[in-house]
Amino acid sequence: MANYLPHTQGEQEQMLSALGMSSMDELFSQVPSSVMLKEPVNIPHGMSQMETLSAMKALAGKNTSYALTLRGAGCYDHFIPPVVTRMAGKEEFVTAYTPYQAEMSQGLLQSIFEYQSLMSELTGMDASNASVYDGASAAAEAAVMCRDRKRTVTLVSEAVHPDTLAVIKTYAYGTDHEVRVVPMKDGVTDRDALSELLAADVSAFYVQQPNFFGQFEDAEGLFALCKEAKVKCILGANSMALAIMKSGAEVGADIVCGDAQPFGLAMAFGGPSLGFMTTTTAMQRKLPGRIVGQTTDAEGRRAFVLTLQAREQHIRREKASSNICSNQAHCALTASIYLNYMGASGIADAANSSMSKAHYLAQQLCTIDGVSLKYAGGYFHEFVTVLPKNAQVIEDALAAEGILSGLILSDHEMLWCVTEKASKTQLDSVVAAVKGVCEA
Amino acid sequence: MDIREDLFYTESHEWVKFEDDTTALVGLSDFAQSELGDLVFVNLPEEGDEVAIGDTIADVESVKAVSDVFAPVGGTVAAVNEELLDAPEKINEAPYEAWLCKIEGISDKTGLMNADEYEALIAK
Amino acid sequence: MSEQVLLSFEKSVRGRRSEVLPVLDVPAITLPKELQRETAPMLPELCEVDVSRHYAQLANRTHGVNNGFYPLGSCTMKYNPALHEIAAGLEGFTNVHPLAPKGDVQGCYDLMDELQTALCEITGMDAFTLQPAAGAHGEFTGMLCIKAYHESRGDTKRTKILVPDSAHGTNPASAVMAGYEIINVSSREDGCVDIEHLKTLLSDEIAGIMLTNPNTLGLFEKDILLISELIHGAGGLLYYDGANLNAILGVARPGDMGFDVTHLNLHKTFATPHGGGGPGSGPVGVKSALIPFLPKVASCGEAGKLQVKGFHGNFSVLVKALCYIKTLGSDDLRGVGEHAVLNANYLLHQMKAQGFTPAKDTICMHEFVLTLEELKERIGVSALDVAKSLIDHGIHPPTMYFPMIVHEALMFEPTETESMETLDQAALVMGEILREAQNDPEAMHHTPHNAVIGRPDEVKAARNPILRYQPERA
Repeated sequence: MANYLPHTQGEQEQMLSALGMSSMDELFSQVPSSVMLKEPVNIPHGMSQMETLSAMKALAGKNTSYALTLRGAGCYDHFIPPVVTRMAGKEEFVTAYTPYQAEMSQGLLQSIFEYQSLMSELTGMDASNASVYDGASAAAEAAVMCRDRKRTVTLVSEAVHPDTLAVIKTYAYGTDHEVRVVPMKDGVTDRDALSELLAADVSAFYVQQPNFFGQFEDAEGLFALCKEAKVKCILGANSMALAIMKSGAEVGADIVCGDAQPFGLAMAFGGPSLGFMTTTTAMQRKLPGRIVGQTTDAEGRRAFVLTLQAREQHIRREKASSNICSNQAHCALTASIYLNYMGASGIADAANSSMSKAHYLAQQLCTIDGVSLKYAGGYFHEFVTVLPKNAQVIEDALAAEGILSGLILSDHEMLWCVTEKASKTQLDSVVAAVKGVCEA
Repeated sequence: MDIREDLFYTESHEWVKFEDDTTALVGLSDFAQSELGDLVFVNLPEEGDEVAIGDTIADVESVKAVSDVFAPVGGTVAAVNEELLDAPEKINEAPYEAWLCKIEGISDKTGLMNADEYEALIAK
Repeated sequence: MSEQVLLSFEKSVRGRRSEVLPVLDVPAITLPKELQRETAPMLPELCEVDVSRHYAQLANRTHGVNNGFYPLGSCTMKYNPALHEIAAGLEGFTNVHPLAPKGDVQGCYDLMDELQTALCEITGMDAFTLQPAAGAHGEFTGMLCIKAYHESRGDTKRTKILVPDSAHGTNPASAVMAGYEIINVSSREDGCVDIEHLKTLLSDEIAGIMLTNPNTLGLFEKDILLISELIHGAGGLLYYDGANLNAILGVARPGDMGFDVTHLNLHKTFATPHGGGGPGSGPVGVKSALIPFLPKVASCGEAGKLQVKGFHGNFSVLVKALCYIKTLGSDDLRGVGEHAVLNANYLLHQMKAQGFTPAKDTICMHEFVLTLEELKERIGVSALDVAKSLIDHGIHPPTMYFPMIVHEALMFEPTETESMETLDQAALVMGEILREAQNDPEAMHHTPHNAVIGRPDEVKAARNPILRYQPERA
């Protein structure tokens, strides 16, 4: 019904007549008649914009939008400053294509160059690409970057996000490469097990920091082992934690990757998010996807362009190391606005606040009989509790209060996440509700 | 077009400079570099690679294209010119000095052209 | 022209900041020393008005389809309805966690079900996954499904994929990521797949063929049913690259042409915007035999061989695509395909009247390719020169130098949302550029003249890459 087609009937006839045609069907004379649809496609009739919006509101209304979300596990509910949403929503950014024509895309190209600069600075690395799909695919692409003819096996810690492991395995299945899982012990990667697995055919080791269970890994120590064995080190970093924890460079990573969704992107049922990848100068040409570089124009003015393009699929075709074309450019823009606005002190505040509130909740929950932390190690803003009652009962009880509980890991275990958005009052009410269930 | 009398050439525009019967330097001809335009990067083989005639041993990138470099002779890669990794423009500036790799233990050198034959080829 | 925009880093003023978060109301925790960052990141220090104006300036130096004509071939730069952004921004869609209890996110699951059903009907496939995040990601997923399918039948000899020489670069790159060897299929003089060549390539080692239909020359593969018969006869599968689906939307379906696997580009055909290069969405549809191999979501406890992305795909993009399908509906979906093809043929007609030569002089589908080979040889003016000149007229250049089988190629895809006067005007501008070229060919090498920069030095950018700003450390 609403069709966004500009032509009037008269214009349509005029255009057809210019082509020497009398009907729209003649336009499709190349298409064999046996594959031409005889009936309209079997979907409902079109609706007005007004009706469509109502229908979408009805669908959105079937979802529960919680006042407080205490679930993370790879998708985080941080505060999004309004200026971020406002600026990212500018139509020029929203409706542009990949900036192939530099002269007409300087604004977009500069925003990507700033994104690369911000992420390089945050991770402590030399170079960044313009983004990939998400943290899981970034990890898989990082594993691809490290393989060579002699070293083909990827080691992955057991304590990573299950989606990350599955995606790394899928990419490796494609090219018939092997992935070996390094077991965990006490909630973190087992150092001795890693030592044993560092064989001559191993190309890289991937560890998530903090890991899926919120625990800080001894990334520096694990990477030191890898370096002795000439194995590349991939740090899958929580982007917000990078504001305060040792950067990729400081722990000796060759590649830092992860998901920058915490930087101004809504949870949005898990997508779109933002896969980031940064690396050393030595490995920068192995980065997949778009990269923006700085140069000059004929008059010596600073200019930005897509560069190192001869690595990419549109030129190298079957010899390209990655097929990525579209990335998550608008998400990268959003994250840049967020970082430019918050600054280093702002994201450190958000990170410290999230960590402090997570520790507060953990401590308060542990005052309840039968509730304890599953792992003893240090954690950022996620932690696992053991519960005396079925986790499902606790999820239900908090839902009744308008709160999305931690993620149920098993009948009596829950993975909680707290961000700067939670107030002490809210956290106290969470504790009261959990106490009510556990002590009933 | 600069064609050196003391070198051998291939149909895919590599040059070969024999140091002795079984050792040679390999590069790209002046004709090749001018067709390719400004080069921005080279991927070189690894020392120790065994190559047969026609194997892809390297590639060279311009801004919007990539071209393979094929082994003009069969043998083992003894050295690569790592200087080109930082300065690929040397291939444009001095194609006959900018060798890509040295091949030794050359067992097969069939099909190479001399300068006259190569000149005739690119004149076509 | 306007002054250059300083980088955010260069606008930074030490000590300037925005107060965003409330005062901490719980005891402060700090990281143990051994985990603490040693050097704080040097990010810009700006206040809100700085940031707001910075991005306003950058937006002014960016051209989107909603700013003007954007006939970038194979990219389907149609108008992006405002409705889509409003719908995707509804709180019920943004403030939902991907691992929330199913009952709390039933709206998301219903939306995805409805979209999958509609996409099946639109393409003639039996099931869809919405997980892939872009077209190339969909290609990779589809290739993996084909691999898993053959393997499940113990048919492990099939290690090769056929790809026409006119294909998008993503096709061969995606198939290689799935472990396949690429066998190129030649195009005939008329621009379509060379059937005789294809026949010589068939064997029990062929896993399948990847086709774009209409192909990258904007021509429908007339022999598609024969190709299907030949490939299936050899035990292979047909993969449909949906980059050009806009041409046949509502008119014909890949599933009816014999395709077994199809990816779509929701950011092209279904008017979810491109966002300056993403996020896109590349759903993959399959026929029933391949359903068991579609990707699963490990974090949701689903077991399966394949997963290409975390969670459920680029959900917000899915919201926009469903909005588009709901508004168009069965009646107007066909109008999209019809008007896309009408506009392309009309623009081609007007360009020919201005003296331009199509690569293939025939009726086209949703896009067409001009060749400027004659102009290049005669007066040295290239496709690049003409493309850059369009910028001075406020028109985004078409796709250049693609497909690779056409010399000095310019590929125009006007899309259905452009009006007759926009097309007329674009043809006039192209004619004007052609006359300017003939009068003063030399001047053409320096266009554009009126953009914020002239042509950038791409050789310098690639030889000595500067990929980030380096803050000065105190």
